[in-house]
Amino acid sequence: MRHVISLLVENKVGVLARITGLISGRGFNIDSLAVGETENPALSRMTIVVRGDDAILEQVRKQLGKIIDIIKVIDFTDEEFVERDLMLLKVNVPAGKRGEIIEIVEIFRGKIIDVSQKDLVIELAGAEEKLEAMVNLLRPYGIKELVRTGSIAIGRGTK
Amino acid sequence: MIKTGSQILVDALIREGVEFVFGIPGGAVLPLFDALFDSPIKFILTRHEQGAGHAADGYARATGRVGVCLVTSGPGATNLVTAIATAYMDSIPMVAITGQVKTFLIGNDAFQEADTIGITRSITKHSYLVKDIKDLARTVKEAFYIANTGRRGPVLIDLPVDVTMEKCEEVIPTEVELPGYKPRYEGNIRQINIAAEVVNSAKQPVVYTGGGIIASECSKALLELAEKGNLPVTTTLMGLGGFPEDHHLSLGMLGMHGTAYANFAVTESDVLLAIGARFDDRITGKIDEFAPHAKIIHIDIDPASISKSIKVDIPVVGDANNILQELIKHIRFVERKEWFQKINSWKEKNPLSYNNADSVIKPQYVIEQICEIAKGNAIITTEVGQNQMWAAQFFTYTKPRTFLSSGGLGTMGYGFPAAIGAQLGCPDKIVVDIAGDGSIQMNIQELSTAVRLNIPVKIVVLNNGYLGMVRQWQELFFSKRYSCVHLNGNPDFVKLAEAYGAAGFLVEEKKDVRPTIEKAFSIQGPVIMDFRIDPNENVFPMVPAGQAIHRMMIGTMA
Repeated sequence: MRHVISLLVENKVGVLARITGLISGRGFNIDSLAVGETENPALSRMTIVVRGDDAILEQVRKQLGKIIDIIKVIDFTDEEFVERDLMLLKVNVPAGKRGEIIEIVEIFRGKIIDVSQKDLVIELAGAEEKLEAMVNLLRPYGIKELVRTGSIAIGRGTK
Repeated sequence: MIKTGSQILVDALIREGVEFVFGIPGGAVLPLFDALFDSPIKFILTRHEQGAGHAADGYARATGRVGVCLVTSGPGATNLVTAIATAYMDSIPMVAITGQVKTFLIGNDAFQEADTIGITRSITKHSYLVKDIKDLARTVKEAFYIANTGRRGPVLIDLPVDVTMEKCEEVIPTEVELPGYKPRYEGNIRQINIAAEVVNSAKQPVVYTGGGIIASECSKALLELAEKGNLPVTTTLMGLGGFPEDHHLSLGMLGMHGTAYANFAVTESDVLLAIGARFDDRITGKIDEFAPHAKIIHIDIDPASISKSIKVDIPVVGDANNILQELIKHIRFVERKEWFQKINSWKEKNPLSYNNADSVIKPQYVIEQICEIAKGNAIITTEVGQNQMWAAQFFTYTKPRTFLSSGGLGTMGYGFPAAIGAQLGCPDKIVVDIAGDGSIQMNIQELSTAVRLNIPVKIVVLNNGYLGMVRQWQELFFSKRYSCVHLNGNPDFVKLAEAYGAAGFLVEEKKDVRPTIEKAFSIQGPVIMDFRIDPNENVFPMVPAGQAIHRMMIGTMA
């Protein structure tokens, strides 16, 4: 099962290595990982997406809780949360197809951030499925390059 | 006051009450050794960094205090790795200080550089690379706090040489602030009440305890609980000494080489109360058949230990001592006549035993003699393998911190340096390392340390000319194809002892066993006793790997 884990960590050297070491040491592949400072520059927020057996992930979650530099571990799997992923995509523009492509981008409420003779660079933010849906629609035109930040997530409402 | 980094470190160690530091100097720690030169801390110079680490570990296990070791960068640090991993697996409080190359050279493949933090990341509870002298005093305070609280473990401080030479105004930290580290000590009262009810209504309960009883200093509370509730107790290897084995409620050790009656009792139990133990694979055997009828209560300080391998019905997270004090209040005496009849009949039918003989020396006989002669005043350390299991089975442990053994990592070469550390911490005890002829050679160089400082540890070599436990597995599971287990070319241990300046005795006949041990115990210095034991003796009972624990091999198969 897919788990979105959010970690509040001390913004220190080596924290990321501890976390990835712990997860990879148990044989999990990290689907995505995003790190950035929070409103407090001494703290960072990491959002990690991993897939795996629930019992083993429960163990990983507990082990993460034991890392001294990790202040809080949240597994969003059983909670209400919103999730966004940012993608930059360079798509090939075959002759006469520019209009079609722009239409697709508009439907997804993406942005075109660079234009050249033969390609377009598109920016799109959203949940994973939305990003994948657009990628599938653009695939026939030829995707030259694709970059994603990985998911970031935040809980809904106040607790 | 303006001080150098070295002085700040040494003064911080003194504030932590450090009595001994174990290690070896080298280039990157020269300023530290200069500061140690006129400090009250006693530095124990070992002959290999692994020996220093195990000695610090043995000191910690024997005294309950934090063991401290100090080594240089690069090879000094990598030599320490096995000792750190050993302490980590057994949750032993340790602070390891490693020298590092100058800050600006880090990552430069400098002379004697190793990425010590990277190498030890998965075998330390926490680690620090101190790049700013202003962080040093606080780091030491945090390191000792982390090492010796919660589920204990080793903490590493990597210290670049330039930081130890810089100067700054010393600021003595008063409090530790670690927002990400809040160990839980008080157990949930509701869970404790439920646990008490379940235990009170149990018809066939078993208490299964581990190293947590010793770490939490609660063997008295455990005894009180067992007696008040009339509950049989079995311990893991790490838990030996946590419950008196001469008590009528003791089932001895369980697991792969545990007693038959402990394994039968756990298998038939309806309630299993686990305290400070982690359901390790050497205990559970085949998971599906482990305590299949039991409701499982698990008391542990580490939430990650709960339901890790065995699904737990009633978890209680917290310090064992706190929880036991509360639990005892609610426990009632229940007679459980049938259950004890059953246990007693297992004890009668399948006691721990061996075929004693007069023609050969049996290792079990040697251990029984040590136990009798030491009269409860001994600390036993072991190496790993057959020697360790016989020492666990045939010595009667009645007090905590008297059995020191590498349980989790299974480190051969642990016992002798650990004995040195234990003896320094407990000068009035008889400290005996029960070794095999294979393992003793893994850290034999520490004989120099013991002789030079006149540390009177006694080494018992159960010499069978084999890597015995591996030979046993090859005999039982690999059709007696003895591959690379015969130790041809063993040294003459008596001459070896003498070469180092220690006493050495060779014992080839059973009648000489007792007098030799008595003589060795009366010598005020290190002694090696080389007992030529029956080379074919095996450790039984034995649960084959992956098998259910009640399906054990009871006696000699060969």
